[in-house]
Amino acid sequence: MSLVDIRGLHVSLPEGADRPYAVENLSLSIAAGEIVCVVGESGSGKSISARAMMGLLPEPKVRATAGEIVFEGKDLLQMPRPDRRALAGEQLSMIFQEPMTALNPLMSVGRQIEEVLIVHTTLGPAERRARVITLLEEVHLPDPPRIIASYPHELSGGQRQRAMIAMALIMDPKLLVADEPTTALDVTTQAQILKLIRDLQDRHGTGVMFITHDFGVVAEIAHKIVVMQHGRTVEAGPADEILSQPQEPYTRALIRAIPSLTPKPRRASNERRVLTVGGLEKTYRSRAMLGKAQSVAAAKDVAFTLNRGETIGVVGESGSGKSTVAKMLVRLLAPDAGQIDLDGIDIALLSRRQLLAHRSKIQMVFQDPYASLNPRRKVGDIIAEGPITRGQPAAKARARTQELLGLVGLKPEAADRFPHEFSGGQRQRIGLARALAMEPEVLVADEPVSALDVSVQAQVLDLLTEIRDRLGLSVVFITHDLRVAAQVCDTIVVMSKGEIVEHGDVAEVFANPQHSYTRELLASIPGRDWVIPTLEDLPMNVALNQ
Amino acid sequence: MSGRLALILRRLVQAIPILLAIIVINFLLLKLAPGDAVDVLAGEAGSATPEYMAELRTKFGLDQPLPVQLVQYVGRVLVGDFGFSFRHEMPVVDLVMNRLGPTLILMVTTLSIAVGVGILLGLLAATGLNTWRDTLISVLALVSYATPLFWVGLMFIVVFSINLGWFPSSGMETVTAFHVGLTWARVLDVGHHLVLPALTLSLFYLALYTRLMRASMLEQANMDYVTTARAKGVSERRITFRHVLRNALLPVVTMAGVQVSSLIGGSVVVETVFGWPGLGQLAFESLFARDLNLLMGIFFVSAVLVLAVNLIVDILYTLLDPRIDMQ
Amino acid sequence: MSDIAQHDAPPSFGARSLAFWRLFTRNRSAVFGLAILGAVLVMSAIAPLLYPGDPFALAGRPMSPPGGEWIFGTDTLGRDIAAGIVHGARTSLLIGLIATLVAVLFGTLMGALAGYYGGWMDEILMRVTEVFQTIPSFVFAILLVAIMSPSIQSIIIAIAVVSWPPLARLVRGEFLSMRNREFVQANVLMGMPDWKIIIVQILPNCLSPIIVAASLLVATAILIESALSFLGLGDPNVMSWGFQVGAGRSVLRRAWWICTFPGIAILLTVLAINLVGEGLNDALNPRLRERSG
Repeated sequence: MSLVDIRGLHVSLPEGADRPYAVENLSLSIAAGEIVCVVGESGSGKSISARAMMGLLPEPKVRATAGEIVFEGKDLLQMPRPDRRALAGEQLSMIFQEPMTALNPLMSVGRQIEEVLIVHTTLGPAERRARVITLLEEVHLPDPPRIIASYPHELSGGQRQRAMIAMALIMDPKLLVADEPTTALDVTTQAQILKLIRDLQDRHGTGVMFITHDFGVVAEIAHKIVVMQHGRTVEAGPADEILSQPQEPYTRALIRAIPSLTPKPRRASNERRVLTVGGLEKTYRSRAMLGKAQSVAAAKDVAFTLNRGETIGVVGESGSGKSTVAKMLVRLLAPDAGQIDLDGIDIALLSRRQLLAHRSKIQMVFQDPYASLNPRRKVGDIIAEGPITRGQPAAKARARTQELLGLVGLKPEAADRFPHEFSGGQRQRIGLARALAMEPEVLVADEPVSALDVSVQAQVLDLLTEIRDRLGLSVVFITHDLRVAAQVCDTIVVMSKGEIVEHGDVAEVFANPQHSYTRELLASIPGRDWVIPTLEDLPMNVALNQ
Repeated sequence: MSGRLALILRRLVQAIPILLAIIVINFLLLKLAPGDAVDVLAGEAGSATPEYMAELRTKFGLDQPLPVQLVQYVGRVLVGDFGFSFRHEMPVVDLVMNRLGPTLILMVTTLSIAVGVGILLGLLAATGLNTWRDTLISVLALVSYATPLFWVGLMFIVVFSINLGWFPSSGMETVTAFHVGLTWARVLDVGHHLVLPALTLSLFYLALYTRLMRASMLEQANMDYVTTARAKGVSERRITFRHVLRNALLPVVTMAGVQVSSLIGGSVVVETVFGWPGLGQLAFESLFARDLNLLMGIFFVSAVLVLAVNLIVDILYTLLDPRIDMQ
Repeated sequence: MSDIAQHDAPPSFGARSLAFWRLFTRNRSAVFGLAILGAVLVMSAIAPLLYPGDPFALAGRPMSPPGGEWIFGTDTLGRDIAAGIVHGARTSLLIGLIATLVAVLFGTLMGALAGYYGGWMDEILMRVTEVFQTIPSFVFAILLVAIMSPSIQSIIIAIAVVSWPPLARLVRGEFLSMRNREFVQANVLMGMPDWKIIIVQILPNCLSPIIVAASLLVATAILIESALSFLGLGDPNVMSWGFQVGAGRSVLRRAWWICTFPGIAILLTVLAINLVGEGLNDALNPRLRERSG
């Protein structure tokens, strides 16, 4: 018997939105002890469905207009507010994507967990505290009394999410709604949290509605899958079936867009060094007039080389120092020591003035498609202003802009438009064109696809590889995503706490990791055991447009 | 706890250069003013020979080069010597200290009314968003925010003193009562005199804090942690008072510190209108007596007052926000 | 490819202005404020036509009550209060606008330099700003006017000197957040000179909050000016609202109207500017639009 039945749910958007319904005719059921994954890209309506289930829609602008959500024989949508509130946190509970903002910054963690008991039980303070401690132990948080007294900012991201899970499960609810609970976490933490959720729901027989965009995560935990696109259900069924034999073109396209974990073999190299980095150091110091000064080594003795036409991946989790290294390579940041030999010239310690002549040789593609283009400048200006700054005649720079737009797959008319008229993927193309306009030898790509949906991500990666090969570019590719690294890189360095722990050909490192940290990273990749089916039928863009 | 102490110490240390800078500005203003102390003295005396004035200048060190004078000035100010008020024939320090009390009474009362009532009204407006309650409070705040202080004071006098006769229109005490020492009758009398000036001065800031609190509450109400609380089954009432309120208070507390300096400026006007015998009124008098020494003394003391209140606000802030420990 | 489907015509400048106007006029109180402000502007523009001659000139019997020959009555010396209000509008608006302009230019410069360069530059400029914020602003303004002797210029300078710090802080905050935006980093990588990044790239992105803050500064400047002239620190050769209120103070018991009408003029003007400022804020800042609606 199912725990929850959603039947024909429609959630309407306010007038003037780009479509009438955020969620259209959604039906799904969740049984006790079952994990149902709702998968989709941004704008698919997956999060809205989760909020509708919890009664957390931003009413009246966004509200459920038709259908029912039957929980234990009663329709949640028809239930009076107080009754529904009594269920929330007790029978149905929820965990969120960003545990930092989901917790009240001014209230201790223990108090926030305890609040659930205050609202839903008549337990006394001592009993409440005992329950909180038990729960904190159950989610494997060390030293519960200390955690209880801590404020959210004093915990790590993983600890915060564990505390959220403790808060959600303290009343032993029948249903847990998890809205991208591991998206904001590092891959190793993600693996631990996924395991925790699975263990706990298995032990307590909790039904779980798990919202995610990541098929790897789906492969880790799902019993059933619902694939959504533009608010509609595309395909639904048991996890094994959909993961091995997806039927619908959209699902097939999504799965095919997932980068394989099997690296491509290293391409023949011409063995000509274009970039030699050695002994690169950067330490951040926080100045404190009173009290102790803190220093964090963001890069310690970083060294690697890059051959012409090759791609080197710099991978690591947040705080590993990979972004610091990227910023030093393009000299947005001055290294404390070391050398960055760029085609015979060491740019590591050059002054700003000396640097000017060499800037164009190494350019960057940025992560955030929304912050990387000036919203007040036309696309044509954004691309042309680099060459013009270098002294190229404006007319020539404009002509070149047209060529570059074509090269990255945009129409020439794009030059006269503003960035906000473009999608995330298109903006990344514009950012690439801007970097190419400087005619660099080395391109530093700092997480260039991590803000994009998986289908768009695949297109941008293809474009990047194609352009690299056509122009003979050398690329330093910064990423946290080992799947992406496996597909685009020839060699790879693995960073942890500012240091390079492993360095080698991608295929070799993936097949035979030497350092324990690399092994942990590889073991944490969600869905690593899932054999992605080879689906060769429809071209992806056709499928995605259907 | 140690973080909090370190923060307070840091703020104290940071106040030192600000204080020094203010002394320097004070000195420069004195130098910029037409005429120096000797001219004033000579003017007071009626006539003075150039030789006598030169002698006086040497005596006061006014013939020294500017940097030397500056160092001397800083030294004098640091030991609390702001010079002599020739108009009042008293050292400036004594004059200022005599008038500090009434100004503090007015300021503390005003700040309490403005912050306290402002928070309350902002809360009422935000919890009744877009109802008549919200509209009424918002309109009143908007109008108060645009009203010149001196004019409100005069209108209050017309209505509450002249026409209704409820409150006295000027002074701090009934002169004919001859109060001695601190008695209840005296406290009540001062309180009675305090009503109109305190109301006048607080009106503008009341409006400011009301608007700020309302905006802050509305902003916090959209935060993720509110959604979490709803998902826990916490009632809206509890969400407002246990979660949103404290978060919403932070910007209001910050603003209270920022506004203290303008509050002191406002007290010049209000004390002048109501004849309240504080620093503001003294400043007004010395302005027209061209008693620059005194004016500079008041200027400096009020800046110190601002620094002190800001320090208190900082301490209050650390009590409200646990994150301060980390920064 | 789905990724590169493109929209039709880009919005022209005219279309964008129209969209802005629609947003602005959706806020009814902002339209109300704009109407009052327009009336005050017209009044000050045609002041010499409405009341030709010197507003200081004696018009008739002192302390005539309003409603008779003079709609707002006359003051202690027999000057027409209505004439004073109309001419005073010029003074208030002139001082308010110019003082704001000076404060905005200086504050933006300080804030932009502090926010863009950070480090010791930020440290020094913000310490200076802090000093100016610690000094009780109105007392400082009084001192400056007293030392420079009262005139339109000295009042403008005094108001500007005490008004720029909040603006500098605002602009610094905007620049600080813009400084680390990736598009600015891209400009650095192009080798673009700093002044060009500051003026051409970052500043246009900070204009909305600056415009809103400036509009509110005008209101504050008018309030400061009126308080200065109320205390007798106005330019003695120019009629102003604060002066009128101050002149009627001593006869408050006998002639309430002398203080009342100029005060209402200040109130309405400042209210109107605040309303327009809020309207601008709602129209320029889409994030806040949701709330006020």
